[in-house]
Amino acid sequence: MTSTIAKRELDDAGRKLLVRATQGRENFEDLVIVPIFAVVAALVLGALIMLATGVDIATIGKSFVALAVGSFGSLNAVSETLTAAIPLVLAGLGLGLGFRAGLFNIGAEGQLLMGGMAAAIFSFSFPGLPFPVLMLLSLTAGAVIGALYASIAGILKATTGAHEVISTIMLNLTSFQILVYLLRQPYIQKEGRSDPISKSVPDAGRLPQLLDWIDPNMRLHAGLFLMLIAVAFVWWLLFRSKIGFAFRASGANPDAARYAGMKSGLIVVAAMATAGALAGLAGAAQVQGVLGRASPGFSAGIGFDAIALALLGRSHPVGILFAGILFGGLEAGGRQMQVDAGVSIDLIAIIQALIIVFIAAPLLVRAIFPWGFTRATKGGK
Amino acid sequence: MTFLSKIGLAAAMVAGSVTAASAFTACQVTDTGGIDDAGFNQTAWKGVEDTMAAHGIDGRFLESQAESDYEANLNSLLGGACDVIITVGFLMGDATAASAAANPDQKFSIVDFAYDPTIPNVLGQVYATDQAAFLAGYVAAGMSETGVLGTFGGINIPPVTVFMDGFVAGANYYNEQKGTEVTVLGWNLESKEGLFTGNFESLDDGRAFAQNLYDEGADIVMPVAGPVGLGSAALADELGTDALKIIGVDADQALTDSEKAHVYLTSVLKRMDSTVQQVIEAAMDDTFEGGLIVGDLANDGVSLAPFHSFEDAVPAELKAELDAIKAGIIDGSISVGM
Repeated sequence: MTSTIAKRELDDAGRKLLVRATQGRENFEDLVIVPIFAVVAALVLGALIMLATGVDIATIGKSFVALAVGSFGSLNAVSETLTAAIPLVLAGLGLGLGFRAGLFNIGAEGQLLMGGMAAAIFSFSFPGLPFPVLMLLSLTAGAVIGALYASIAGILKATTGAHEVISTIMLNLTSFQILVYLLRQPYIQKEGRSDPISKSVPDAGRLPQLLDWIDPNMRLHAGLFLMLIAVAFVWWLLFRSKIGFAFRASGANPDAARYAGMKSGLIVVAAMATAGALAGLAGAAQVQGVLGRASPGFSAGIGFDAIALALLGRSHPVGILFAGILFGGLEAGGRQMQVDAGVSIDLIAIIQALIIVFIAAPLLVRAIFPWGFTRATKGGK
Repeated sequence: MTFLSKIGLAAAMVAGSVTAASAFTACQVTDTGGIDDAGFNQTAWKGVEDTMAAHGIDGRFLESQAESDYEANLNSLLGGACDVIITVGFLMGDATAASAAANPDQKFSIVDFAYDPTIPNVLGQVYATDQAAFLAGYVAAGMSETGVLGTFGGINIPPVTVFMDGFVAGANYYNEQKGTEVTVLGWNLESKEGLFTGNFESLDDGRAFAQNLYDEGADIVMPVAGPVGLGSAALADELGTDALKIIGVDADQALTDSEKAHVYLTSVLKRMDSTVQQVIEAAMDDTFEGGLIVGDLANDGVSLAPFHSFEDAVPAELKAELDAIKAGIIDGSISVGM
């Protein structure tokens, strides 16, 4: 009995958060101005934190210059920013789509690991295939496995009511162990290595570098196009297709959607599978475009950062694209910040977290920046 | 907006002063675990710091937070700002080789990786750590009350397991000499399998693994996993050093982890600070060549740290034997291998 109540509370709390994460397009201020001010407030607070930890003003200035230069200050910086943004946006699109359908999916990290692993295994299993074929099939393998892995949580929810927050967290933990186990299997493990690391993706399976003719150190790869196509596709899926309408309807009001004759169980599974496919693609793009192999730490928390990203982008594909570029810039710029100013890269994680705090608390942002908003605060939102 | 304008002002001030840097810059990419890990990364960075103090050069570092950061971190150091780039850790071997191939004019050096064949612009720094760990194994076997020692590693890679090899071999040598039956848990010399935490970050793992070894009877444990071992030291601190002592690795952890100094019987020193300094100095006076530097007992590239708080507890006889064994290893009469 208590568990039902607890579950209902979890459902209610999750739904409230989702409402905030998926506001309609008409609400321009909450959609655009709140995120912008959230970023500004987070940067300012970040500076105050540096000040509090004994960094002097000059170094703080230097670190923000480095942050800007390292993220957008040169072609190399833009290349690094976009390279970091690709998997974030792909996984973020999946999560945003889930949020729209009323699913609070925490499992992108696990789906990304499984997808990336599948792409790596597929690519070195068929080294004879020619270039675009192997690359595309490996990406597909990543998407399919990611979708299947996410469907587990979807099916559990549709058939038994198991809450997706819990089941996806558990599936994340499971995926870490599966990955380490797989990486030690003789068929997968790189020859001559005793640590868990996979064989390399053959050249025909790699996403080609786009800018290596200018400078071989530029890592930007064809996953960029994948990302843009995915943004357009998810936009079409959500706002122009029938299934997307069903996603959004059951997210906005699951009961109404059910009374309207939509099959809620099927929608849950379909939404989870689509989200998983996108997260799987993110993992495949990372393995085929950047790393060239799978290792235990290859997800590097992208699946968790993508949750923040989807919230920041208000679960809108275009918003997620911009949020992804912002987060990619923070990552690339953060490295420059550490190199030039000696400020710890951990500060970037703090700034990212602060952005989310402000996004989750729009009232706080309105209170700090009252001049930024024309309309009075609407109650509750 | 006052904050923003302040920051803008500070930025403008800084932009003017940025150019006034010193002539030579050494850059370092750390492995995961952080630059303040009281061991591996910190020791390597100390090499840069020492050189900064000795020659007034500029030093920069970049922490890797995940394995996928290696290439990105290397990239942000390229572009002419660094006269030599030092990567710290075996796992960075592939990324360093790729970066060195793409940038043939940039000098690189890597700790814990030996390329075969060597790369003209990469100087590898490797260590005969098993020689120092052999001494640690011998003294641990001599000091153990229970006759059971323990060890565990971060990941099953050569720069980690070479500690464990030497430790087990040292304990076995003690058994041969004294006719005792001291056993070492956590590493099997023949099968090359043993206990591994799977990471170089989790202090909780360090605590749990040491607890397991302690429960199996071990009273001296050598964790070879960077900051993970700090968790083991915390456990030893709680249990008391009569129950559990720790052998530090990489740095003299009685000094770097000074709050828990009393739990460290000794440390297996891997003098990355000294080889890193050698590399930077070679790059400074243009004698830098690709290849390999090997640190061993003979050139003090590896050694056993002082016993500190156990100075009186370790019998003089055992200390004398250690000196004899050290001399034996250096002149080749004692083999630390199997």
